[in-house]
Amino acid sequence: MDEPVIRFRNVVQDFTRDDGGRVRALDNLSFDIGRHEFVAVLGPSGCGKSTLLRLLAGLVFPTGGSVEIFGMKVTEPRDEIGIVFQRPTLLPWYNVLDNVTFPMRHKYGRVTEAEKTRARELLDLVELGAFAGAGIDQLSGGMQQRVAIARALLLDPDILLMDEPFSALDALTRDEMSFELMRIWAEKPKTVLFITHSIPEAVLLADRIIVMTPRPGAVREVLDVRVPRPRSLASLSDPQFNALANHIRASLFSRRAA
Amino acid sequence: MLSPTTSAPASSAVAPPEAEPRKATLGLNIAALANKVAPLLAFLTLLIVWEAGCRLFRVPSFLLPPPSAIVMGARDISGDLWLGHAWATIRVALMGYLAAVVISIPLAIALSSSKLLSRTLYPLIVVVHSMPIVAVAPIIVVTLGASDLPRVVITFLITFFPIVVTTTAGLLATPEELIELSRSLRASRWREYTQIRLPFALPYIFSALKIATTLSVVGAVVAEFVAAEKGLGYMIMFSTSFFKINHSFASLAILVAISLCFFQLMVFIQKWLAPWSLPRSER
Repeated sequence: MDEPVIRFRNVVQDFTRDDGGRVRALDNLSFDIGRHEFVAVLGPSGCGKSTLLRLLAGLVFPTGGSVEIFGMKVTEPRDEIGIVFQRPTLLPWYNVLDNVTFPMRHKYGRVTEAEKTRARELLDLVELGAFAGAGIDQLSGGMQQRVAIARALLLDPDILLMDEPFSALDALTRDEMSFELMRIWAEKPKTVLFITHSIPEAVLLADRIIVMTPRPGAVREVLDVRVPRPRSLASLSDPQFNALANHIRASLFSRRAA
Repeated sequence: MLSPTTSAPASSAVAPPEAEPRKATLGLNIAALANKVAPLLAFLTLLIVWEAGCRLFRVPSFLLPPPSAIVMGARDISGDLWLGHAWATIRVALMGYLAAVVISIPLAIALSSSKLLSRTLYPLIVVVHSMPIVAVAPIIVVTLGASDLPRVVITFLITFFPIVVTTTAGLLATPEELIELSRSLRASRWREYTQIRLPFALPYIFSALKIATTLSVVGAVVAEFVAAEKGLGYMIMFSTSFFKINHSFASLAILVAISLCFFQLMVFIQKWLAPWSLPRSER
């Protein structure tokens, strides 16, 4: 295996509560993610999944252990990272194109023609090329999230962090967006860390799945997904797909019972 | 023989869908018209009841003059003089309002950016706002003298609070994800405020600015009650002490008109500068 793109080494994360007490969110967490690997993180709510993402983004720093990107310790937010949040959080006073170019405007204060061209290409990639001039409130939830994906890709990051990006969408749009994301990922390979609490979503999308324990979050299991790519609707009925999904479900239930 | 029979059903088939929308739009127009006229009608009815009541029960004009007497009474005083009084009040209201905006918005930015600052200054702001403005006004006039300054300060004091509180709330209501996006891009604090927080707070800021318009007129009138030789508030004090109630009512009507215009001006500015901050139906 090449040098991993992302490496978590014995990461411990404590938070101070409002009443002064300390809470352990992550406990001795270690894993590697290779180049252009699609890794899903699956776990119960409150297990610190989102903290993983914020550690990688350089928005919070571990209490113990280290988080490395390309072999360098994360000490501040880095340019190699694009983030897609649970909600699209677009800016309602800008049109679609200006929302996609917003990271450029926000970081450097201006947007050049080259970036606008690039933003248009990204909108074509997420199949919203015709909506460049549209207002945000004219778009559906799924379309808004696709704009958010285009925005995250603007600065051409090596790593894409996605924090339950489809969980706010209705079930049908959700499936559609999963296939859409696989198509985008095939066209523009990235190292992806995809946080989710949906088992089928994780199995459908990921090369590997990291299953976490409840708080304090630790790695419970790392599972390889051997469902062949490219995956499609047919993959949902693949025996391996169901076997893996059932395995994860059983492991979640056994933990509840314990 | 064949052509008329084929054309007849064709035309009759076309006719109903054409007639129906026409009927529908007519019905819609009446509804829309009623929607617009209803408030005006209610207002006119009130005036008529007022007028008729005064005449019927022979209410003395120095207690409650009928609308006609107010209008006639207003004509005792020249238009120039009314304009002078109105302008005196508008000027103070505007200066106090602008002072409140210029001070409140940076103050709100400061309060939203630092918890320590917010904890230090917020109680002070609440204390200042808790002082009944009518009680403080005479003290301010004594302290600051009989110029425009005390009047502007009084107007400021009654106007600034809603702007500070609402703007601060708006600045803190920005979606957390956008602030994380901003930090992940290592953007400056300046851009965080100018490109994310302040625009997101605009719906809040405009609500505050609209509330503040009417408050600024209240402030100007209170200031004139205490010490003034001009203005509509002064006019009300002066005419009531001489039992010229119709002049007081005329002044009041002009004050209401000023407040409404001021409010509508802010509505217009919001529509013009930030239409996205309004609900779709109000754009």
